[in-house]
Amino acid sequence: MKKLHVDPIACDGHGLCAELFPEWIELDDWGYPIINPAPVPPGLEAHADRAIKECPKVALRFVVERANGPVKR
Amino acid sequence: MAAPSLRQASVAAPLGVARLLAGVRDDNRPVALRDHAGLYGPLEHVGAELISILEESRLRGRGGGAFPTGRKLAAVTGERGRPVVVVNAAEGEPASSKDRALLRLVPHLVLDGAAAAAVAIGAREIIIALARGHRDERAALVGALKERRDKVRWSVKTVPDGFVVGEETALLNALSGKAPKPTVKPPYPFERGLGGAPTLVQNAETLAHVALIARFGARWFRSVGIEAEPGTALVSLSGAVRRPGVYEVELGTRVSELIQEAGGATEALSAFLVGGYFGGWTRDPAHPLTAAGGLGAGVVIAFPAASCGVRESARVTRYLANETAGQCGPCVHGLAALASGLEEIAAPGRTPDRRVQLARWAQQVTARGACRHPDGAARFVASTLAVFEDEFSLHLHKGRCSGQDRGVLPVGSRR
Repeated sequence: MKKLHVDPIACDGHGLCAELFPEWIELDDWGYPIINPAPVPPGLEAHADRAIKECPKVALRFVVERANGPVKR
Repeated sequence: MAAPSLRQASVAAPLGVARLLAGVRDDNRPVALRDHAGLYGPLEHVGAELISILEESRLRGRGGGAFPTGRKLAAVTGERGRPVVVVNAAEGEPASSKDRALLRLVPHLVLDGAAAAAVAIGAREIIIALARGHRDERAALVGALKERRDKVRWSVKTVPDGFVVGEETALLNALSGKAPKPTVKPPYPFERGLGGAPTLVQNAETLAHVALIARFGARWFRSVGIEAEPGTALVSLSGAVRRPGVYEVELGTRVSELIQEAGGATEALSAFLVGGYFGGWTRDPAHPLTAAGGLGAGVVIAFPAASCGVRESARVTRYLANETAGQCGPCVHGLAALASGLEEIAAPGRTPDRRVQLARWAQQVTARGACRHPDGAARFVASTLAVFEDEFSLHLHKGRCSGQDRGVLPVGSRR
């Protein structure tokens, strides 16, 4: 199960991610991404990959949910 | 599950609710080690089995997070490297005074707990983190440490005053000489903390409970409080009550019982703030003081009807916005917007009703920071919107205020 995660300290609100992956990411009133917490469906992973790659602050990444315990980077 | 055997405590365990505060002197000077040991008995280190005793006691952290203490100790021992213990006594919440009270009045209780935890997890170093302004507490600690002969290296360090400094990762950054700002997790301090070592960060009050559980056991701890949340907790009570101060209560005590214990209200009350500025308002005097009930770090404020909840809460929200570490966009912009929105309503004159937008913003900033600062501030704002509905209506539609800003909710000034 892959979920998208943004590093809130690194993120500067460029907003590219929401442009590249609007199905999963919207921007708040100040231009910072609000990410759908659900796992990204396999069919949309290519969009997610592009958003991750294009983030100018390298703030976006996939996290893999483990069965027990916190998320692993 | 059978309780791990404990050496027989040489002194009877305190009965009733006065546990941490049982030995407080009338002149409010720090209790000396001899008197401390006379009251509770000497601390016999119980070693690694303390961890399972703590798990069985169901003690939860009293710094606001309410994380199970035993599990936190266990997590540290699961990591590679010699752990370090950090006593979190930063107490940056303006209305909170209980950790400072413990350090000033019964320093050996906190030190015993830290020493017991250190032995249990195999740490040899304990760092006590105090805010810069806490000079009396520092003096009490330094005096108490001179009386002790623990096989650990103690140090007392000061960190900057400020609301966010008490957050675990911000505290560790401050202790490392870096800016006192939170970092993203993972890694958690128990994985990689001070100097990269697995680090146990515990609130001062939590450790005081550990000191007594190490002596008298899990069952004794659970003999008061409620099933889901056993034990006692310290509450910093302020506002319109006859005797404001730090009280020790059984978890599950009702707000009204606490107020009664403090001599009752000095005037008509409109609400109670439970859990401080990361907590929420209630109008229900029967509201139980529990972590599940939002007790947080134990702040309760009895709010008088003659003061305006809208204006005071707007002031607090601005304070919380100013106390952001300034790292995460949703916190920086969202909290400032929430503060401005409340200030606009609180100012004289009618204003458009933007409460729906404020509630939406509060929801939006939640869980979007590196730490829980935006979450806590958002909870406070959402609760203000819900509980002071009548006061809001008066401001919005009539342009009038039900009272005045009496300054019941303190906002600390940085020293």
